[in-house]
Amino acid sequence: MNNPIAEKLTTNIDSIDVNVIRADFPVLDQKVNGKPLVYLDNAATTQKPRQVIDTINEYYRRYNSNIHRGVHSLSEKATAAYEAARETIRDFINAPATQEIIFVRGATEGINLVAQSYGMTNLKTGDEIIISEMEHHSNIVPWQLLCERTGAVLRVIPINDDGELKLEAYQSLLGPKTKLVSIVHISNALGTINPVKQIVDLAHEHDALVLVDGAQATAHTGIDVQALDCDFYVFSGHKMFGPTGIGVLYGKTDLLNAMPPYQSGGDMIKMVTLEKTLFNELPYKFEAGTPHIAGVIGMGAAINYIKSIGLDNIAAYEHDLLDYASAAVSDIKGLKLVGTAKKKTSILSFTLGNIHAHDIGTILDHEGVAVRAGHHCAMPVMERFGIPATARASFALYNTREEVDTLVKALKKCKEIFG
Amino acid sequence: MFDLKDLYQEVIVDHNRSPRNFGKLDDADYRAEGFNPLCGDRLNLYLKMDDDRIQDISFDGSGCAISVASASLMTEALKGKTRDEAEKVFHEFHDLVMDKKQGDMESLEHLGKLAALLGVKEYPARVKCATLCWHTMHSALEGYTTPVTTE
Repeated sequence: MNNPIAEKLTTNIDSIDVNVIRADFPVLDQKVNGKPLVYLDNAATTQKPRQVIDTINEYYRRYNSNIHRGVHSLSEKATAAYEAARETIRDFINAPATQEIIFVRGATEGINLVAQSYGMTNLKTGDEIIISEMEHHSNIVPWQLLCERTGAVLRVIPINDDGELKLEAYQSLLGPKTKLVSIVHISNALGTINPVKQIVDLAHEHDALVLVDGAQATAHTGIDVQALDCDFYVFSGHKMFGPTGIGVLYGKTDLLNAMPPYQSGGDMIKMVTLEKTLFNELPYKFEAGTPHIAGVIGMGAAINYIKSIGLDNIAAYEHDLLDYASAAVSDIKGLKLVGTAKKKTSILSFTLGNIHAHDIGTILDHEGVAVRAGHHCAMPVMERFGIPATARASFALYNTREEVDTLVKALKKCKEIFG
Repeated sequence: MFDLKDLYQEVIVDHNRSPRNFGKLDDADYRAEGFNPLCGDRLNLYLKMDDDRIQDISFDGSGCAISVASASLMTEALKGKTRDEAEKVFHEFHDLVMDKKQGDMESLEHLGKLAALLGVKEYPARVKCATLCWHTMHSALEGYTTPVTTE
């Protein structure tokens, strides 16, 4: 432990007491199929701490009411809590202005909003959109639809055998026709952390905008949208210990102001006559209808929870767990990791001999271990590696080394069954 | 508690490891494609008919142990059967695996080796793996050309 980085790591890890954290997550305290639950499907969705559950509960029990329109006390309280959460989120990603935080259903809707509102207005035949081979379907399909409608062309940054972007290929894709780059911050299928800052800077040299899909990033690494200088950033509440059905689109004020509304209805207007409508200002222009109030307040509580532990502590703890798990599974003969980037988060995607991922998933479940098995909504990644599916164990701050040991034992059981 | 060995019985592990009637039939009269978008299971089914009788049947593709073993066992069970007989086995198997009907001794005996697949009843997410090949066979016999999906 003479290595200063290792020493720093140890110090950080000491500051996380995993037993205290586990006690915050009621769902972890149960048996599944007669075995203690080992929840390793955090990349699909994280569990919720009681701080989040209680906050949502409190809203529904004590001050449920609609926002921005009531003059009564409950409505004022709900409005204040809703807008306070927006400010919490602004601070969390260091956005310059609170009005740049637009509430959507999740990262997927954030991408669709930009594709529809910005894309349909600004893209034309022959323009180019760049994505990568490691994108989630949610960052592929909206652009394919946009291309069909506008005549724009989709270009794709390839990845190498470790699951890292080929940056030189990206540079050669960039050109005067490039209008937009939409790139995942952290890959859900591979765990790769992309050099987003570099990607943004290169795109800006060509006057192209950049959208960053941060769905997988916000629970694991600090986000500073000003330092990244990205034009749009999207993420989901449920992948960062918050509720499902709520997410955020961050966009630069000038861009959002110039974009037409995505959906229309109540709350997004200033004045409506039967002939014409004057739209509301940011962020309300993009928030038609009664929003997911409990979701927003719950997402704010989730961010406060993350801040109370500290993202640096979380990242250090998870990194240690990833190192431990990577070493532990490397002893299993026939196990092949898919996604071995130098910079990655706590995701282990793998194949095990000829055993299909779904069989692995069922056998692991029998041992109480929850993993994801399949293509992870990233079929092009599977195609790139020539496999139909992988099993994926993804770790969060409440997972332990003992749970990794249980995973390894369960994987050995798969091999026993299939000989 | 339910035992994993009831799902992954020896006959299933065996048929997964060495699937019978695996490969393309070049002179097939019917071909149908089955696809389970959730897990990526994909299979092609080939049927060679002698008038009303299944003279030869084969499959290829990729999938989990349950889906491969089910397809392999199905091809064994259906070779030589008439169209009507094949449809009858399909409905019998389907009802049992979907838990629509309690299996009595007679129907289990009737199913023979196929009964090994009934363990999936305890795993709702995996029932589709066992039925994909049957739906594909049904569609092939009907002469449909669009791929079958279990979603």
